[in-house]
Amino acid sequence: MRYARDVGALARKDLLLELRARDTLPAMLLFVVATFVVFHFSLPAHPSRLAASGLLWVAILFTALMGLGRAFVPEREQRVLDGLVLAPCDRSAIWLAKSLATLAFLVAAEVVALPVFALFFRPLSGHAVLGVALADVGICAVGTFLGAMAVMTRARELLLPLLFLPLAIPIVVGGVGAGAAASPGRYLGFLALYDALFAVICWASFEFVVAE
Amino acid sequence: MRGSSPPGKSSGATIVTVGRLPRIPLPALAVLCLVLVTTALALVFFVVPNDADQGFSQRIFYFHVSIAITAYACFAAGAWQALRHLWKRDPRADLAGYVAVHQGVIFGVLVLLTGSIWAKISWGHWWLWSEDQLVLFLVLFLFYCAYFMLRFSVEPGPQRANMSAVYALFGVVLIPVSFAAIRLAKGLIHPVVFTRHGPNFGGWILVTYCVAQAAMLVLAYTLYRVELAGKQLDARLRAVREVLA
Repeated sequence: MRYARDVGALARKDLLLELRARDTLPAMLLFVVATFVVFHFSLPAHPSRLAASGLLWVAILFTALMGLGRAFVPEREQRVLDGLVLAPCDRSAIWLAKSLATLAFLVAAEVVALPVFALFFRPLSGHAVLGVALADVGICAVGTFLGAMAVMTRARELLLPLLFLPLAIPIVVGGVGAGAAASPGRYLGFLALYDALFAVICWASFEFVVAE
Repeated sequence: MRGSSPPGKSSGATIVTVGRLPRIPLPALAVLCLVLVTTALALVFFVVPNDADQGFSQRIFYFHVSIAITAYACFAAGAWQALRHLWKRDPRADLAGYVAVHQGVIFGVLVLLTGSIWAKISWGHWWLWSEDQLVLFLVLFLFYCAYFMLRFSVEPGPQRANMSAVYALFGVVLIPVSFAAIRLAKGLIHPVVFTRHGPNFGGWILVTYCVAQAAMLVLAYTLYRVELAGKQLDARLRAVREVLA
């Protein structure tokens, strides 16, 4: 119970910050729509289902990277992370709360991006949307974890895509499969498995990243 | 934080912690390695018969597969050391884990090279996306290169050790997950030599493969020991310098 309260308080802090400063979400929205426009001009006139599905995933992944890169910036600039680590709460709550906040931003961006994608390219099936939802969980869980790592390095945001993209390849495979394959069930199951597996690892090992 | 203090802070402790060396002496290991690699080369080129299907070029299999398994072994050793660091707080585990991953990446690059050569000779292309193992090693190569970027972007100390260890543990989870993903993404057209009923060959072929595998494992272990000894010496030297300064 106490754990849930801590997570709630931390996540609320992030959402409130975003509501007041509006740093991340507008940037993500503009970025994803701009990416679609760029794709329109870089692809043949009527892209196949697989090609369209592929570019949706490239757009989602890079939009998510944008949000994840920003995730721990306020903590770093205000030196909040030291305080959070010293706070009498479980350290994994910091990761969980930040993941939930990033998930909220990503879903909010996709609520706009998916209809725009359907409008510009081709409509999405229910399985594809479910695939996006499942992938979002994995992207935010792993991405937030790696974002916390990257923010503590000298290279900072530069490092996050390098750390994140190899780990995101299975997500892309599952997501594209869920949207384009004849039997999407396997791919959705794979995405769920990925989410569960990596969420548990991130949850268990976050303490080692922030504490010495 | 027990034990793994950075060299800058308590140099006396560092001298003690990096002192122990593993059992088999390095010269003996080097001789064993030389004998095994020579035997493997002799067997591969002079003893084992040509493959009925692919002819002479199939002989690269003995190195390609054994190098791949050695690379996996190195990554697994890196993850094992990472676990020891996080769990037991063994002060030697951080450096050992880094060296194991380093050897794994070197062998991983060799897998990509030998795989490319084999693909070119067998199928006429230097790169085939339908080759599960090759694609997996490309993903792992990218992942472990990022490991080095991460490691060299953090000041030496307990936090770097922790972050490297956690990332190395991610790696061993990523291997089966990526493999499953690549299988999901593509149908299998690779000739399967190992089936569920054991290796699909016998006689000299099996002997040669086993010798080549042992040679590669011992080679990797020797290189690991050489690099580790060098790195430990470096750490001790730095510690001594700090004591004198």
